[in-house]
This record gives sequence, structure tokens and C-alpha cells, in this order.
Amino acid sequence: MQINTYIAGFLLIYIAKLVKYMYRITFMNDSASSFQTALQLVTSGNPELVEIVALSLKVSLSAVVFASLLGMPVGALMAMRSFPGRAALITLFNSLMGLPPVVLGLVVYLLLSRAGPLGEYGLLFTPEAMILAQTLLVLPIIIALTRQALSDLHVEYAEHFHSLRLSMRAEAFALLWEGRYALLTTLLAGFGRASAEVGAVMIVGGNINHVTRVMTTSIAMETSRGDFTLALALGIVLVSIVILINAMVSVVQMRERRHQ
Amino acid sequence: MLVPNQDVNHQTNSILPLTLEGVHYQVDGLQLLSDISIQFPPKGTITIVGPNGAGKTLLLRICHGLLSPSQGRILWADNAKALVPGVQSMVFQRPVMLRRSATDNLMFAMKASKVPVEQRAVRLEQALEHAKLSSLKDRPAKKMSGGEQQRLALARCFALQPQILFLDEPTAHLDPVSISHVERLIHTIAETGCQIVMVTHDLAQARRLGSFTAFMKGGQLVEFSETETFFTNPQSEALSAFLRGQDFNNN
Repeated sequence: MQINTYIAGFLLIYIAKLVKYMYRITFMNDSASSFQTALQLVTSGNPELVEIVALSLKVSLSAVVFASLLGMPVGALMAMRSFPGRAALITLFNSLMGLPPVVLGLVVYLLLSRAGPLGEYGLLFTPEAMILAQTLLVLPIIIALTRQALSDLHVEYAEHFHSLRLSMRAEAFALLWEGRYALLTTLLAGFGRASAEVGAVMIVGGNINHVTRVMTTSIAMETSRGDFTLALALGIVLVSIVILINAMVSVVQMRERRHQ
Repeated sequence: MLVPNQDVNHQTNSILPLTLEGVHYQVDGLQLLSDISIQFPPKGTITIVGPNGAGKTLLLRICHGLLSPSQGRILWADNAKALVPGVQSMVFQRPVMLRRSATDNLMFAMKASKVPVEQRAVRLEQALEHAKLSSLKDRPAKKMSGGEQQRLALARCFALQPQILFLDEPTAHLDPVSISHVERLIHTIAETGCQIVMVTHDLAQARRLGSFTAFMKGGQLVEFSETETFFTNPQSEALSAFLRGQDFNNN
């Protein structure tokens, strides 16, 4: 127990130092504070900032849409039917939920590079490449969470649907609709993962100004250059989006509880 | 008042009667149903009684096609037609409701059973009216009471206008008022010409609703006769004991 107290003490001191340091660089820096400039950037709708945020949203939202169109039917099928290798597949998708984005970025890079199997399409360092990478990143989350959400529902409805002689397709769609609130949470989880990752989009997109620069890659670059203003402004936007997503998840879950 | 089903029974495309030929069902070497052979009469309500674990619910599931018998066959007058959605229907002990309004639950079933679009609104209204649920049509089905849900489940079958309806202890968890509502609704459905096959633990109910009654015990069909005869003149010792409230094997 004593060891834990020491660790907690060190952590507290460390966090306090960090907060003090962040306060200094944001509020006491030179003439104007970086934090205030960053806030101004956000509120004034700075064109560069808007461009970066818009591309980020475009890439991540597209990735979530594609991953859902692909992953939700697959997740539903895995919830509904047993087949050889199902358990292994479930374990695989559960593990892939935690796949490091940089590893996935590397794989997609190799696929899309000139010498790679998809090299002829010249997709590397384009927004499309970033959408592809994020789609693959989000896909396991959508499949695994959809399967989890629909498994219980399937147990509840299997006999009723069988009694109505539903086709497999109709059954899958009915289950997806019955699980709509849980699936919305799944979508938001997928979007959260896509919008927050930096590794995959950095590798396949290349962080090219006005072409593939998104919020996370921009923050990484500006921070390494020591220019905190834009980095902070983007950070504020990104954190706001994350908070918004979580608020939406809570609202959806509350609604779900009310309806059942 | 009642609109008889357009194409139910007594016509060329009726799937009735239902015949069971040497039906066995076993799981992991456990014989749950053994050698059940019977041709049900094509008309009239059939009630099935028997002690717990007799295989009543299992028999219902096999007849409805939810399970396949390990041996033997389920035969209909028109086997192909029996597979058509909406021709046969079933209500479970605990009603299964979608997370939607009462109306949408009925609409979903009608759509699944390919009820012509132009008939759906009329059937919906009629079914809800008979189930005395018209005032609750927009309420989420999951929010309804047990009795209301069971009536809604029956209304859903009513809207499908099946030729045969399997009921698995539809009043098992209900209070006396709800039971009388549900029984009235079952009676109404039977009046449209739909054959009812109902499992129940309530002997008085079996007698009230049945035209024929079957007695099952230990996975076997022990006795089947007209309901009046069944209760007044049981043929087997097992049924006599059961009606007296005794377990034959233990006496």
C-alpha cells in the first residue's frame, strides 16, 4: 500500500508541474498569450483553420460511413449465425480494435506505394488514401461492437423472426434497426477513433499543406515547430468535438434507457 | 362485424389438417418426444395439457417449424403453402415485442408476411380494435403491461390472418382480468376460421376454449379426444390421475 502512496504522490507533483508549465507557455508567453490568440483563431473562423477542420471531418466521417456500410451487416451476420471459425473471427476483430494506427498506416502505405499492389491508382498522399486507412482502422470497431450489441437482441428475437419466416437479409436489417441506439454509440465510438488518430493519416497522407493536412497531423507538426498558437486552436476544436461526441453518446444512451 | 378470412381453411389451398408422423425429438441422447403420430382435426380449437416437462411446448415448436424433429415428419395438406409467411403463426409464453410502437409492431409483421399494402391499414385497425388496444396504438410496445403485450401479440397474429395459430401458455403470467381479455381475443380469432393449437396449464381454460384436447406426459401423446369426453371420460389411468391432481407414477 505504501508503494502506491509514493506513486500517487509523485504523479501529483508531476501533474502539478505540467499544469504550471502549460499555464506559463499559454498565458505568459511573450507579449500576447498563445491561448488567447488560439481562441481568437477559433472564434474568427480563420480560413486555414477551417480548411484543416473541414478536411478532418470529411476524412473521418467518410471513413465511418464506409466502415459502417461494410461492418454493420458483417457484425449482424456474426451475431445471427454460427459458422466454423466464428470464435476465432470474433477474437481477431476484438484484437484489431486496438491496432496501433501507425502499423495500419504502414500496411496501407505499402499497398498504395508505387511498387505496391494498388500503386497504379496513385492514391498515396491523397485524402482518399487517408479515408481508406481510417476505414480499415474503424472497421474492426464497427464489426465487433455491432456484433456485441446485436447478440443479445438476436437471442430475444430469433424465434419471433423465424416464426415470421424472415429471410436472413430481412432479419439482419430488423436486428440493426432494433439495435439502433446501441449502434449509434458504435458509430460515435468509430468516429472518435478516426478523428483522434494521427499515425495512419500522417503516414499515408503525408501532412501536405492544403491537400492532406488534418487536425491531428497539424497539431503534431506545429508543436514540433514550437508554434503553439495554431496547435492550441486545433486542439481546442478537436477536444470540443470529442466532448460533443461524448455528450451525444450520453444523450443517446439516456434515450435508449427511456425506451426500453 | 367480423370479416372472415378470405382464403382460410375449407378451401382448396388450406394447409389443414396437420399430421404428425412418428415424430421423435432428442437432444444429447435425451429423448424429449417419442413417437408422436396424430392427425389433428382440420377444424376447432385444440388444447394441449400435461405436467411440466411433458414436451408440450417442444411439440408446438416442432409443429410450427421452429425446430426439426430428429425423426418423423410434420405434414400439412399443402406442404409448400405451409411455408408461406403468415400462413401459420405463433405466440410465445412471454410476448416478443420489437422496440417500436404497437402499430409498428403489427406493420412489421404484416410487411414480413407480405400482406398487400392496401389491406394493412384496415387489418391494423381491426386487430387493435379486437384487442382493445386502439387507444394505445402509438405507445412503445415494450412499455405496455404484460397483459397488453400478450393482447398485442395476439393482435399481431390476428392481422396476419393465419390458417393456424400456435399459442404457448398465452395466459401463464397474467391476472384474471387479463386472462379473460386474452381468452375473448383467442375466441374471436378462432371465429374467423383460424385453427388454434394451445398449450395451457389451466385445465378449466383448456375446457372452456377447446373443441379437442390432448394429454401429453413424458414426451408422449397419451390421449387425444373431444374436450367434453376428455374431461368427463378419460381413457387412460395417467390422465385420470392428472385430472385428479395426482402424478400417476408416484401413486
